[in-house]
Amino acid sequence: MILDIIISGLINGSVYALLAIGFSLIYGAARIVNLAHTAFYMVASYCIYFATHKLGVHPVLAMLAAIILVTLIGLVCYQLFINPIREHEAAVLIATIAMAMAMQEIMLIIFTGDYLSVPSLIGGYLKIFGVKIAYQQLLTFGVALLILAGVWALLKKTRVGLAIRSTAQDREVANLMGMNESRVAMITMGISVGLAAFAGAVVVPLTVVNPHMWMHPLIFMLAIVVLGGLGSLKGSFVGAYILGFTEASVVFLIPLGAFLKGSVALSVMILVLLIRPEGLFGVAFEEER
Amino acid sequence: MKIPKFVLSILLVACLVMAIGLPAYAAKVIKIGVIGPMKFMQGKGHWNGATMAAEEINAKGGLWVGKKKVKIELVKLDSNEFLSIIDATNAMELAITRHKVDFLVGGFRTEAVLAMQDIAMDYKKIFLGCGAAHPELCIRVAKDYKRYKYFFRGTPFNSRYLVKTCFIQMATVGGILKKVLGIPKVKVAIVAEKAVWVDPMIKAAKGFIPKMGMEVVGIWRPSAVATDVTAELSAIQRSGAHMIFTILSSSVGIPFARQVGELKIPAVQVGINVEAQKDGFWEATQGMGNYVMTLNTYARGVEVNELTPRFVNTYIKRFGETPTYTADTYANIIYGLAPVIEEAGTLDADKIVAILENREYAVPSGKNKYMKDAQGRHLHDLTWGPGYLTSLGVQWQDGKLVGVWPNRWKPAKGVPEITYKGIVPYKIAPWIIKEYKK
Repeated sequence: MILDIIISGLINGSVYALLAIGFSLIYGAARIVNLAHTAFYMVASYCIYFATHKLGVHPVLAMLAAIILVTLIGLVCYQLFINPIREHEAAVLIATIAMAMAMQEIMLIIFTGDYLSVPSLIGGYLKIFGVKIAYQQLLTFGVALLILAGVWALLKKTRVGLAIRSTAQDREVANLMGMNESRVAMITMGISVGLAAFAGAVVVPLTVVNPHMWMHPLIFMLAIVVLGGLGSLKGSFVGAYILGFTEASVVFLIPLGAFLKGSVALSVMILVLLIRPEGLFGVAFEEER
Repeated sequence: MKIPKFVLSILLVACLVMAIGLPAYAAKVIKIGVIGPMKFMQGKGHWNGATMAAEEINAKGGLWVGKKKVKIELVKLDSNEFLSIIDATNAMELAITRHKVDFLVGGFRTEAVLAMQDIAMDYKKIFLGCGAAHPELCIRVAKDYKRYKYFFRGTPFNSRYLVKTCFIQMATVGGILKKVLGIPKVKVAIVAEKAVWVDPMIKAAKGFIPKMGMEVVGIWRPSAVATDVTAELSAIQRSGAHMIFTILSSSVGIPFARQVGELKIPAVQVGINVEAQKDGFWEATQGMGNYVMTLNTYARGVEVNELTPRFVNTYIKRFGETPTYTADTYANIIYGLAPVIEEAGTLDADKIVAILENREYAVPSGKNKYMKDAQGRHLHDLTWGPGYLTSLGVQWQDGKLVGVWPNRWKPAKGVPEITYKGIVPYKIAPWIIKEYKK
């Protein structure tokens, strides 16, 4: 059973990590709480469905096209709805949730509420110590880790990454040092939405595409970033796996309460916050001020 | 010019009488509110069924209400009940107070229908529930007849009978497993979504499955909207289950069936998977839903009675898909409500209730007869059983949804076997045969 929990937790955790890191990135760099983050993930899933089913495009091409298209949509949304009100955090919260709702309704009008799906890139499964894992899940896990490594390399090894990290540390000083803070924020938004779209692309063959598929991951993602510490990429990474393992443990240990896996995971978050209010890797609020 | 007071009074009284009394006698149309989650398959079924009924009635010039023929007008109301019960109650209020509907059909999710039922009863509007299965909806009628008598269950029969039918189908499939694969005692995993309508079914299943000579190895209750159930499936496989008894009405039915197929879990699926009742299931599971069996109301080519092929074929021709049970708004309007309105000669709810609750009439899925409880009180619930409503057991076989039950079903000793026309044999998935056949 422990093996089952480890494998299920690793796969779930990787997908959550993809979403949470994108969210943390834009919060850390630009202090934007983008509640529409998972809505971009939903839009990417629909784009892939549309391209594969209606246009007959190969799934891999459809995924690449969806990532590019959704990233562009994200940048347009940023310029139109977020940038003008960036300094007002409450307004950004409201605007982004409104954006998410609008995207949901648009998808509902276009595709109705029918449950849709996309074929797996690789069929079949692998048996590891008696646990069956679909190849698609392994692929998702591998790709998620690759992307996370890519994001790490981008942040640590490139000038753009340096700019993002500097801005995340202190926007004003970064500005005084000659960095175009607004441009950095836009680039970060692009990367963040791109990550959400990528999460949608790797997850779409494993999930059911529907207009409300953004809500559950949003709650989970918020829980992860709060648990890991708002704006901390390392925290999001660790938090994602903690919640992934918690979810898997609930299913195996309390089968009758499998539906509680979300609630139990959120309770773990509350518990951690009671002990460490700033989250696992966050900056203490007092210090931040 | 000054109008005398008494003339003014007469005018006022006349206006009042016209406003209150005339609609019943001089209705230009009969307004039927079709309420359901319209952006989802279930709501589309409600609407399509009602549309077919209204078109058929109106093509004949309408219904006789007294000495006048009156046409049907449908009002589409999106209850959005999967997401918000408040939206559902608002839609019901809107139907009655703004659209001034005469009758209501639809509703799907028990949690929402219970709330909508109360609103309809407040306004004494006849509400034919076409989707929710919880017994409480009709127990209310027996307990407080004066208030709830305007509610009738239109489809499906209540969850107690749903589970009873599932047990019969489980016993049938269990028998096949024993015979074909030589499994001496079938182990059953119960997988039921977290929803109100499911609770009484789990209680019944835990008690009854051992009586059928099978063993319950565990109960898993994923969220109704879960998108990943691989953890549950790993646990089910570890439990050694040969059969999975599914009670799933929501989207979770798709990932569940798909992942069972992808991981080739060696257990047959029997029970209720509402998503598997739809034509779109094959594509939604990318073909991985092969061999899934579920309770259903209709299947292409299966005839319960002489009304079935006409309804199913016309529906497929008109809407391009097989009807699911929410499309029974058709039967409820055309065979339930319409003859009663003509018989009563009025739209008066009390008069219609008095006739409707005592009727017995054929519908495409069998025969409707409203039950009474043990104390002889009206329940307005549907009678289950041979000769009335039994439903079907359907299975996905290589991209086609075919009827597999009742197939030589013997409901009791001395009673003839029942096989509906068009029923084909049940098939066990090849990976299950490979796993167990020695």
